[in-house]
Amino acid sequence: MIRFRIVKRKPLPGWAKIVIPMAAILVTLILSAIPILLAGGHLWKSYYYLFYGALGTRFNFLETFVKASPLLLTGLAVAFAFRAKFWNIGAEGQLLAGALVATVLGVHLDGVPPFLVLPIVIFAGFLAGGIWAAIPAILKTKLKVDDVVSTLLLNYVMIHIMGALLFGPLQQPGSSWPRSAAIIKAACYPVLITRSRFHMGILIAFFAVLVIWFINQKTTFGYRSKAVGVNIRAAHFGGINTTAVIVWTALISGGLAGLAGVGELCAIQYRLIMDISPGYGYSGIVIAMLGNLHPVGVLFSSLFFSVIIVGAQTMSRMTGVPTYIAEVIQGMSLMVMLIFLLFTEYKLKVKKK
Amino acid sequence: MVSRPPLVRMSSISKYFLDVAANQDVNFDLFAGEICALLGENGAGKTTLMNILFGYYSADEGEIFIKGEKADLASPKDAISRGVGMIHQHFALVPSQTVLENIVIGTDTRKGPFLDLKAARSKLLALEDQFGLQVDPEARVWTLSVGEQQKVEILKALYRNVDILIMDEPTAVLAPAETEDLFKTLKSLVSEGRSVVFISHKLNEVMDISNRIVVLRSGSVVAERNTTETSARELANLMVGRDLLEDIDKKHLEPGRTVLEIQNLDARNDKNLPALKNLNLVVKQNEILGMAGISGNGQRELSEILFGMRMPTGGSIQINNTSLKFGSPTAAIGLKMGRIPEDRMVTGLLMDLSVEENMILEDHASAEFQTWGLMKLKRIHRYSDELIDAYNIATAGRDAVTKSLSGGNLQKVMLARELAGKPAVVIAAQPTRGLDVGAMEYIHQRILQERERGAGILLISEDLDEVFALSDRIVVIYEGEIMGDASGANASREQIGLWMSGVK
Repeated sequence: MIRFRIVKRKPLPGWAKIVIPMAAILVTLILSAIPILLAGGHLWKSYYYLFYGALGTRFNFLETFVKASPLLLTGLAVAFAFRAKFWNIGAEGQLLAGALVATVLGVHLDGVPPFLVLPIVIFAGFLAGGIWAAIPAILKTKLKVDDVVSTLLLNYVMIHIMGALLFGPLQQPGSSWPRSAAIIKAACYPVLITRSRFHMGILIAFFAVLVIWFINQKTTFGYRSKAVGVNIRAAHFGGINTTAVIVWTALISGGLAGLAGVGELCAIQYRLIMDISPGYGYSGIVIAMLGNLHPVGVLFSSLFFSVIIVGAQTMSRMTGVPTYIAEVIQGMSLMVMLIFLLFTEYKLKVKKK
Repeated sequence: MVSRPPLVRMSSISKYFLDVAANQDVNFDLFAGEICALLGENGAGKTTLMNILFGYYSADEGEIFIKGEKADLASPKDAISRGVGMIHQHFALVPSQTVLENIVIGTDTRKGPFLDLKAARSKLLALEDQFGLQVDPEARVWTLSVGEQQKVEILKALYRNVDILIMDEPTAVLAPAETEDLFKTLKSLVSEGRSVVFISHKLNEVMDISNRIVVLRSGSVVAERNTTETSARELANLMVGRDLLEDIDKKHLEPGRTVLEIQNLDARNDKNLPALKNLNLVVKQNEILGMAGISGNGQRELSEILFGMRMPTGGSIQINNTSLKFGSPTAAIGLKMGRIPEDRMVTGLLMDLSVEENMILEDHASAEFQTWGLMKLKRIHRYSDELIDAYNIATAGRDAVTKSLSGGNLQKVMLARELAGKPAVVIAAQPTRGLDVGAMEYIHQRILQERERGAGILLISEDLDEVFALSDRIVVIYEGEIMGDASGANASREQIGLWMSGVK
């Protein structure tokens, strides 16, 4: 009988960090051929339109970045939390918290000097998301409440708070739909490239990559956050205030997700609606894992995701393959990546008996 | 000795883990109707030997005969089918299920396609009556005390018709009254013709309960005695007597002022049993106080309290005449305590971070290594390189992931970090456990250097050779109490062996 055993392998060299994600995406595309063919699509044509649709025209190329920015921010949010083993599954709720507070301010900040409005809205949205994530962090550190459960459930709490407000005090006067009034002009993100939706929020998201990379690599806080994630007992033994580290990590993580909400509100919808996020917070989890929790990895995985999402529209129009294929590819990419990552640390050993 | 044919015969058993022999050429017999004690220090190979008999490990060399038949045991299942059962220190019970459900797990208790709990229940109750092991079959396991859970484990074995029962340090987790109960049970088991192997390092208990004693040392059998024909004194000698591994050249130094004083320290362990009972200690400058004792007698709790990782229930600790705030690692670091924890891979080091990141753990927030939260990476690199150099740490570099280092080098990283700040007190808990001879000697030299520098050192170790070689004074801890105090020069091994085993 042949038996397989999984054993640890020696650490891989540095180039593996780049080669492995590339290989994972290649394998994903090969495997995705199966559902595409099953859906009756022509393989080469489908892939051609998938990438052409996302990158081939000026508008779509810029639209790919528009789509990537909330994914990048929620991906960074989750990656930063996961690095400290704070299992933040609640980026969706934190995103909504950010959008909600940005709406309240964006509608009512009429008397404030216009150049101050956006900084206030952005800061408040960051803080709102951060606080929404800090609550489960405090519950985790003080009362040992499981963070997976509490962050996840707070998503639904926020959805219902938002619903109650949109049917109540925030509802646009005269409207019967659950939607808020439009935000004032000064609260809208400027569009940076004409004849597109390429907005300031995209730059904020890119800047966030730099900031998170800097925190992780250069600051004592980034060091502590990593130490807590690697081994909380040893970090505590070494004199690190693990409670403070986890709560601050949650604040930053939730704040990034909050910024995604601000961006969707101030650059895309201009008013709060129930469907402001098609699940960006949940996609962020997948993107963070796909990017191996590294900010640069998250940047590329969020771009990969938005290419698939934007391109799938064109592919569907041109070949008749349903757009759901985008979600299949996304799911597949995560599975392949996780398996690849498993084999960076372990290897299969064949044991004959 | 005994001339009956043995029930179990293990002959020429050897077992290696990597290159280390856990058992070497061991012969062991067990006879029907006896309680045979396997006596030895930690790491003597008792549990390994019995795990081989239980089919949990397979021996690299040697043969096993059970009831006269040669047995090739591939798994515990094979062993159980031959009537061999083993109860480990950590019970294998499902806490959320009832006693009865736990008993029938893995057995074929069926009536047609359905579970026949009724039949199982009456069989269980019959066993409970027969051996005086009263446990409510419907009670959920998590509601039971440790002693009751142990009864469930014994019943589980009996239910599977086990007639050779191995118990691995069964009294370690029990309160004294529960121990008496257990001993009654074991006696009733052997009076019904079953046999028991009792693994222990507690001499009093072994003298109390066993018919025969086999002493293991460093993986080999060193003696076999009938209990009536030996004494605790002789057994202590057999258990710990060994030649020194190395010659240590220790300078004569006069102890200075007191740097560590522990007063009336009380603590409980994770099972909420008393772990330290009114413990008092003094360590002075230029002095190594060796604390001998078999592990599990409160050493872990003591070191954790000193490190700030555990709250005591009473008492006080002074370091350099300043009292130590309990439960705060930062406070211990602040009072210049060098801390070498016994579980260096779990508590001491961040195995998934680099060597450098481990070096700066305690000092990363100091002005030397950061300003405004920004790390001074150049200075950190230089500092790590210096320590790697000074401690001869074999590593691919300061960026190498710590888990890639060997055991000896891991401990060097630990020492480098903890001793770099020239601590006033060093607490070294089992500092050479699991290390090879070369690394061990290096660590010993480092500890002696700290003594010469002027630190006071508390060396907590279960390795008697180490304690004898390094210490200026020796105390022995047993069940959370100091059994006695002896100075290094005239301490007798025999006396310390007795104290270690709980004989005053």
